[in-house]
Order: sequence, then structure tokens, then C-alpha cells
Amino acid sequence: MLWYLGRRLLQLIPVFLGATLLLYGLVFLRPGDPVAGLGGERGLPEAVQEQIRQQYNLDEPFIVQYLLFLKGVFTLDFGVDFRGREITEVIAQALPVTFQLAMMALVIEAVFGLTFGLIAGMRKGGWFDGTVLVISLLVIAVPTFVMGFVLQFVVGVELGWLPVTAGRDPDFYTLLLPAIVLAATSFAYVVRLTRTSVAENLSADYVRTARAKGLRRTQVNGRHVLRNSLIPVVTFLGADLGNLMGGAVVTEGIFNINGVGGTLYDAIIRGENVTVVSLTTVLVIVYIAANLVVDLLYAALDPRIRYA
Amino acid sequence: MTTQFPVTGGGLPTGRPAGTSYDAGTDKPLLQISDLEVSFTTGVGEVKAVRGVDITVYPGQSVAIVGESGSGKSTTAHAVIDLLPGTGKVTGGSITFDGREIVGLPRVEMEAMRGRDIGLVPQDPMSNLNPVWRIGTQIDEALRANGFEGGRAERKERVAGLLAEAGLPDAARRARQFPHEFSGGMRQRSLIAIGLAARPKLLIADEPTSALDVTVQRQILDHLEVLTQELGTAVLFITHDLGLAAERAEHLVVMFKGRVVESGPARQILADPQHPYTKRLVSSAPSLASRRIQVAREEGATPDELLSHHADGEETRRRPIVQVRDLTKVFQIRGARPGASSDFTAVDNVSFTLPRGETLALVGESGSGKSTAANMVLGLLEPTSGVVEFDGTDVAGLSPKEQFAFRRRIQPVFQNPYGSLDPMFSIFSSIEEPLRLHQVGSKKEREARVRELLDLVSLPASTMRRFPNELSGGQRQRIAIARALALKPEVIVLDEAVSALDVLVQAQILELLGSLQDELGLSYLFITHDLAVVRQIADSVVVMQNGQVVEYASTDAVFDNPRQQYTRDLLAAIPGAGLEDAKIAG
Amino acid sequence: MPENRTETLPGGRRPRPGQEHFAAELDEGGLGAVDAVSTTDAPSSLWRDAWRDMRRRPMFWVASAIIVLVVIVAAFPGWFTDIHPRFDCNLADSLGAPEPGHPFGYDKQGCDIFSRTLYGARASVLVGVMATAMVVLLGTTMGAVAGYFGGWFDAILSRITDIFFAIPLVLAAIVIMSITTNRTSFTVAFVLAAFGWTSIARISRGTVMSVKNNEFVTAAKSLGMGRGGILLKHVLPNSAAPIIVYATVALGTFIVAEATLSFLGIGLPPSTVSWGGDISQAQNAIRQAPQILFYPAGGLALTVLGFIMMGDVVRDALDPKARKR
Repeated sequence: MLWYLGRRLLQLIPVFLGATLLLYGLVFLRPGDPVAGLGGERGLPEAVQEQIRQQYNLDEPFIVQYLLFLKGVFTLDFGVDFRGREITEVIAQALPVTFQLAMMALVIEAVFGLTFGLIAGMRKGGWFDGTVLVISLLVIAVPTFVMGFVLQFVVGVELGWLPVTAGRDPDFYTLLLPAIVLAATSFAYVVRLTRTSVAENLSADYVRTARAKGLRRTQVNGRHVLRNSLIPVVTFLGADLGNLMGGAVVTEGIFNINGVGGTLYDAIIRGENVTVVSLTTVLVIVYIAANLVVDLLYAALDPRIRYA
Repeated sequence: MTTQFPVTGGGLPTGRPAGTSYDAGTDKPLLQISDLEVSFTTGVGEVKAVRGVDITVYPGQSVAIVGESGSGKSTTAHAVIDLLPGTGKVTGGSITFDGREIVGLPRVEMEAMRGRDIGLVPQDPMSNLNPVWRIGTQIDEALRANGFEGGRAERKERVAGLLAEAGLPDAARRARQFPHEFSGGMRQRSLIAIGLAARPKLLIADEPTSALDVTVQRQILDHLEVLTQELGTAVLFITHDLGLAAERAEHLVVMFKGRVVESGPARQILADPQHPYTKRLVSSAPSLASRRIQVAREEGATPDELLSHHADGEETRRRPIVQVRDLTKVFQIRGARPGASSDFTAVDNVSFTLPRGETLALVGESGSGKSTAANMVLGLLEPTSGVVEFDGTDVAGLSPKEQFAFRRRIQPVFQNPYGSLDPMFSIFSSIEEPLRLHQVGSKKEREARVRELLDLVSLPASTMRRFPNELSGGQRQRIAIARALALKPEVIVLDEAVSALDVLVQAQILELLGSLQDELGLSYLFITHDLAVVRQIADSVVVMQNGQVVEYASTDAVFDNPRQQYTRDLLAAIPGAGLEDAKIAG
Repeated sequence: MPENRTETLPGGRRPRPGQEHFAAELDEGGLGAVDAVSTTDAPSSLWRDAWRDMRRRPMFWVASAIIVLVVIVAAFPGWFTDIHPRFDCNLADSLGAPEPGHPFGYDKQGCDIFSRTLYGARASVLVGVMATAMVVLLGTTMGAVAGYFGGWFDAILSRITDIFFAIPLVLAAIVIMSITTNRTSFTVAFVLAAFGWTSIARISRGTVMSVKNNEFVTAAKSLGMGRGGILLKHVLPNSAAPIIVYATVALGTFIVAEATLSFLGIGLPPSTVSWGGDISQAQNAIRQAPQILFYPAGGLALTVLGFIMMGDVVRDALDPKARKR
């Protein structure tokens, strides 16, 4: 188990370096002077431009820039943005909000996805299965931002059940609607995955053996069908945490939430490349960490991996 | 093997006392199947998989259902325990157990019967244990589901006892392991422990050992026999092997296409089969055939009278076509942790000679290195050391061009009829591929050759337009042989080429191989785990174990006078070996 | 009539009731036909079987109808409307209700929504198809080479795949599109493809690795066929099914991704009519004129639905488990 963990961690190092180098390169290694374009139509005074170049090591060779950036990542010091704010501070403010939003979405999709998927898989071909299947198709087909709009308009504005926007200090209640919107597409995938997995396991040989032992149906379903169906679903859910945080850009934009997505979008519009790269790096780290958690969950759920 | 039995107590019934003798006609039947009909609903409507089947099993008795794939034997067994797969349903007839009708029994009552009254030992040990639970937990489930009264500690002890009883050493530790840490044989023993955990009156054993190595197979069957006899459990065997069935059961039921074609006392059916299908089965079953040859030889017959296709003419045997000397293959096994890689010698210093026009069999169980050796002969695998000489030339020293030419002279036929043909290729393209690749003839000539080849393997020319998924296993294997023959090779490597086929089809293919050998002067390197088949086709035998040659002699010498214990074990493991002489109809 | 033969067993015992020697009569079918090849039916390859299977499903026809419709509209929007989506606009009609000749009403700029919805299909389909084509080409090549040749190839290519996999698609696209000045359908497709190929690479690597262990591959090897030949002739065609299934679904995903980018204002420029852009425009007017959101969103959802349904149907038809005989 320890060896397994160690090996996975080792494999993550080149992935982390490669991904950050790729992002950093894409943002900073393109033709044109990133500083010259700042300050709108008139541009910034030459002296200010020079200062910015120095501050962000833009006069160093690319690889040195990148290494300095990496150093910043490891010392949790990303520098300051063009408006003079500590980027670390900005991230520290935005990250918890997005994390809460993503976790809420994760719980929603897990609970509803698993429940619906389980029932549909058990009665494959029945009316419930058919309904769930159609709904999941529709949910996948309607993009998140459309669903965000519609729900915001119908549930928030017309019906007034839930707050329309989150604002400065979002709590559970204000984040509920955005979390539902964020969870929707993944929920559909979880339903479909659970359904297939349950249906497949139902006809597995070991389930027949369990029945032949004389286990009651509920016991067979709980201890064998559900337990084994969880493996691919949990794997999906773990990986999805990273997706949810990265995908929060749209949802946070619609509901005006000051999370990573909103901040990132803001930084993109203002052309604050350092902030953009810093934020995306943090998201990549979250994503990689989530995938590591998936590996561990996988090992915990499937003994074949644990002792491999 | 000793059985550590009885492990009684704990509130479970233990069945009849050991070794009860019965008197014919006085017992009531334990299981009575009459006029059973099972149907499956498919896209085209209802298909009857089992029709009008009658089977009677008495308490403590062993009965075997024999049939090929698709005969309905497994379906019948699953109907008894009400675990028909998919859309399967009993659509007629009755099944009574202990005098009680069980067709249409409410689910809860059937659940109560399973495990306690009727146990099941399923077919494939690899897929029948849940990979995520410990072995002990899975046996414990069977105890708890059937009302075992006892605390944790008692159950734990009982689980270990059951595993030990099923012949697993170190049972207490084994119970804490997961299925993937077990070998196939160990898993099958665990499944037997599960099946017998609640001491059922009837145990359904669905091909319980067909996925295992032959020697393991025999051990487990012996063990199961002793165990069920001691417990007084009736056994319903499901098997495709008539020899095995006759050896293990007193009453046989032969099924064909969903019907019972013949049933009766085992010895009687073997000695005097009445139905044409049974007759063919008796004459084709390799285990029985090999036994028959053995008996005939002991009575003084010569090999040529028994085997029509033995290579004739001494002059062809002068020069060996393939000569293998000191062949060794070492694989590096990558460990779970860095630096933990180890060397694994798959083939260890193996030498043998395949004379022109003869058949040499490489026999061994899984992991014996026989297929690795065959792949080196085929030039698909580089030997670590040693020499493969083909027609006097060292194969290793060939230039790429020479090697390409060498490919034409030696061709393989593989085991899996479902994997050996590219499903995307039509039969014509499959057989024509070697000709095209080696630029033989014009397009027209190639087509003529394909027709010729199909004729050679006794398939109509119209097969050309078909795709592999439309053909049966036997037909696919014929196509694979036709493809192998396309370039007129001198040697064919048959890697378990008949092992996956049903008995009758197997016999047909063996016959085809024999006549092709006579006609074309082919030499066969025949790789198999089944000594019974070897008896029918090979001139000489190389017995391999753990990568090494254990015994190398003529087929007759190996069968008449095995010098090594391992060879004797293999011979003893042929089902039907223990049957009385001359009781088998010829 | 079946005959019951009562004989004595060795040891003088008689068989018990129900266990007498019994042999059935030979039934009409006989024993023949064990190895008969059907010569009347049309030959059925894997693809033909899949086709036969799909044809029977209503979902296939619904999905096909949607896809055909969307593709035709995308290719020839002029067949369905004479109104230009960008130039035939009149601010006086801003947010106007539907009226004859303008069944969907007007958007904020006073452009005809019907026309804009039709013309919007082109951007979506174009980006979706281009991105999918690039992804299939790149992903299959990477995956197939890694899976087939293994060893160092596999180690390096798999790490590269991991790196790209570690960056979420929408995130990467947002970052890169935000700094791209030349935004066309091609650049959007290219950026989506550049970060969207990893799944297909992983899928094809896995499939190729399992296909290459088939005995027909070994048979081709022993015929002397080269590695490249085997990969192209035997391995790739047999690995195609899961790739096709994934590609169909991916097409839908890319269309959504493009719309998301256009919605955020960093996808296609406003000069290109696109559903994402129109939905973005609809944000502030949803209350007064819901149709301005409804039609582009509906077009988008319908298109994506078509491809996802098609992916489902194709997967079911090509499922090796369902094909086991």
C-alpha cells in the first residue's frame, strides 16, 4: 500500500512540472509584450512598464522566469498583481468559497446520482429507468450556463425560493442554487455510470453465487451489487472534484460569486497574467490532488489494487 | 489427502450419517424433475432451451448431466436452484425437492432453501468470488444466511474448519485473504466450502473443475467425492466430459439440444449406449478413446490398427524438420516496488526433435512453459539461449529476408476459436491474407487457392463470404487451419488447437488434422494440457513441468511405461482412467 | 415410443424408479447440421450486425434525424430563411415579439432570432466536427503508438498524456482563448482539441493493448507481417468501436465547450453568429423576452442531445458484451 502511494506520488512530480510549465509557457511565451498592452488605449508610462517588467522577472530568460514562478508556488508567494494586491491573499480569499461550492455540488451529485442510478439499474428497462435515462440525457444536453440562467430566473426571480446571487460572503443557503447548477451535468453522468455498473454487476457470477448461498435479496444487493458498483462511481466522483472547481468559472460568473472562477475571469479580462497562471496552477494542484485521492479511494475499495 | 471431518455443531444439520448404504427402491427421491421446460425470451421470441427433461436424484446419490455447450445442462441445473440467468423462465413441468414443488415457490421461501437444502459449486472459480470481500467473509455470509447459531469467534472457527475441510492448508490465515491472492484451485476449494457450508442435501456442481489444471482437477474431484460421501450429500454433476461423468456418478443423463437423449446407470451407458448421439459421444470422448487404445494395446493390438493416420514410411523420418537444443527463455518480472524485479525462467534448457511427417506433443499444465517454447520455435520470441534449427538451419542467424521466407514453412493454429480470426476480415480475406502478403499468384489464382483450401478443410466455398462471428467454434478452427495451410508450410504448430472445442467437434478436427498429415506430409508440433488427446494424435511426447522437460519418449512408452511421477500423475488425471477395462463400447 | 430397458446393475441391484436405462428416439433434427454453414442469409460483419441492431432502435432514428437536420441547417442556412442574421436588423424591432415572417421574434439588436438560430448552427457544428477530427487523429495516434509499441514509447507518451490530462479542458481553453487575438472557428477547435485529446488517447491505448494480445495478431506476426502493417490492418480496425463511441459523445461536449467560451466572450468573435454568443446576449433580456434565450439554447441543447443519443445507440450496438454469442 505504501509502495503504491509512493509510486503514485512520484509519478505526479513530472505531471505537475509539465502541466505548470505548459500553462506558464502558453501564457508568457507568446509573441508580443505583455506589458505594452496594459493600461488600455494610452498604455502605461515607460517607467512604470519597466518597473512591472522587473517585478515580474519579465526581463529574465523564460526558463528563469518559470523557475522563479515555481519557487513562488512552493513558498506560497505568488507576488502581487497589477493592482498591488498579494496574489496569495486573493487566492486565499477565493479558494474556500469555490471549495465549498464544489463540495456541495459533489454531495448533491453523489447522493442523487447514486440513489437514482441504483434504482434505475436494479429495474433496468422499467418506467423509472426510462424516465431517469431521458432526464439524464436532457441534463447533459443543456449546457451549464443555460441551466444556470433558467434556474436563476425561474427558481430565484420568478418563484423567489432561493437567492439569485451570492454576493460577498456566501453561506450554505445562497450557494445552494449555484451548487445544484454546478452539479447538474455531473449528476447525469453519475446516474448513467451507476446504472450501467449496477446492471452489469447484477448479472455477475459472484452475485449468482451469493444468491446460491441463500442470502436474501436485500443482502445480495447491498453487500455485493452496490458495494462493487461503487468502485467506478467513486473514482468518477473523486476526479470530478477537480472538474467542478475548474468548471466553476461559468457558474460563479452567473451567480456573481467571488470564488476562484470569478477571480480568474476577472484577471483574464484585466490581462493579469501572473494572477491567471497562479490561479490555474492552484486549480491544477487541486486537480492532481483529487486524482491522487481517487487512486487511494480506488485502492481502498478494490483490494486487487491495494496489494498490487 | 486426508479430510479433517467431521466439523459438526453450531446448529446446522449435518445431513445423513457418513457412509449410509441404501437399498434400491425404498428411498423417496430427493429431487425429481419431470417434463421440465425452460424458455428464454429473445429478440425473435421465446426460445426453449430445455424441453421435456426428466431427472431423478435419490438422497446421497451422485448423478451427472452430460452434454456439450448449448445442450441445456447448465440451464437445467440453474432451474433447480431458481437462478436462471436473464430472461430464463420455467415454462412447464415440475421440480420437486424432498416431495415439495419448488417451481413457482415465493422468493422468500426459495431463498430459505438455497444454501440450506440446495448448494451450488459454480463453474468458473475466477469470476464466482466477489473480488472485494475476504474469502472468510464470503463463507461467513453463507453460514449466517442459513441460520448458523454462534458468535463471531465460533463462526470464525467454523469458517476455518470449512476451508480446511475443503482441503485448504493453513485455513485460518487463508480466510483473511482476498480472492485475487488465491490460485484457481484454491478458489475452487473455497467455492466448495461455500457450497457445503450449510450442509445442503443436494449439491449442484456445475463443471466444477473444467477451468483448472488436470492434476488439480483430479485432486479436487476426489476430495469432493470423499466429502459428499461422508456428509451424505447428493451431488448433481454438470459436465461435458463423459469419462469424468461415468467415473464420478452412478447415474448419467445425456442431454443434447435441450432434451434428454439417454439416461441410465453410468456403466451401462458406457458399455451399451443406445442413442446415436450417445454412441458418438462415447466413441469420441478423448478420455475414453485414450482408455480404449490403452486397453486394446494391452490386448496386443498394434498402433496402426488403432490410429489410421500415423505417418508411414521410414524414409521420411530420416531428417528432423525441427530440432531444438538447450532452449532457454528468461523473463524479467517487474515487481511491485522498485528493484524488486526478478528473473523467471519460463523455459529451461529444453531439447527435442520433430521428425518430418510426424507429430510431437508438448504436454504440460499452465505455467509449464510449453507455449513459450512453441513461440520460440515459431520465431515469435527470441530465445535467451539455445538453438532452434529448422531443416538444418539455425533460425536465429536468418537475415530479415530469409526470415520472411522461413515464415512460409512453419505456421501456427491457436486455441481460441474466437480470437484467432480477425473479426473485421471476411473468411476470404483471412485465408487470402498470407498469400497476398507473400505475393503468391495473381488475384484469380489466389481466389482459386482459397477455394481449394476451404475444400481441404471440408467447408463449402460459399463460406468465403462469411465473417467469423457467423461460424461455430469448430468452423472457425477449420478456417484457422486453412489459413495456416495457405502457404504450404511443412510444420504446423498447434497450440491447444482443439482444447476449446466440444467433444464431437474436437474429434472431427483431430480427424481432419490426421488426414491432412497423411495427404500433405505435414509435421505437427502439438501443444496441449490434455494427455488424452495426445494418445490419439502424437507419435512422441515431451512432458514439461515448470519450464523443464520431465519426460521425453514415444507416445506408447509414455503411456505404457511412464518413468516419472509427474507423468504418472498426469496420466492418472485423465478422467475415466479408473474405469474398468472393456466396459467402454468401441 | 421411448424404450425403457430394465436391466440389472452389477451386483444384482436393479435401478431405482425413475433411473432405468432410457433412450430417446432420434428426433426429426437428427445429429447432422453440426457444421453446416448458412448459405442463404447475407453475410454479417461486425458493422453490418451493429447496423442491423441500430436500425431496430427508435432512439437511433431520432438521433439521426436531429443530426441530419442540424448538419443540413449548418451547411445551408440560406435554404430556410432569406433574412440575414446580422445585416437585416433594425433597432426598432429590438426584443420584438414573434410576428409573421419572424416566427421567433427579435433579439436586442433587432435581428431575426429565427435566422440567427439557423446560422448559429454552423459555428457549433464546424467547431465540433473540427475539434473532434483533430482529437481523434491526435488521440488515436498517441494512444495506439503507446499501447502497441509499449516500453519507452509508452512511458513517455503516457506521461505527456497525464500532463495534458491534469489541466481541465474548459479551464485550459479559457486561459488560452483569453490571450488569443485571432479567434476563428479553427482556433477555437484547435485549442479545444489541444487539451481534449487525452481521453481518446487513454481509451485507444487500452483497447490497442487488449487487441494486440489477440491470437489473430500473433497469427499475422507469424506470417511475417511487419509491426506497422499489423497495427494498421488488424489492431486499429478492431480498436475503432470505443473510439467512435467516444468521438460521437465528444462532439457534443465540444459544441458545449465552444458555446461556453463564446458565452464568456472569449470564444468566437461577435461577428460570427453563434449560439453561445446569443445566449450571452440574452442574459439581460430574459425577463422581457424569454424567446431570445429559448431558441439559441434550444438549438444548442437539441444538437448536443442528438450526438449524445447517437453515442449511446452506437455504444449499445457495438458493445462486445452484448455481441457475445
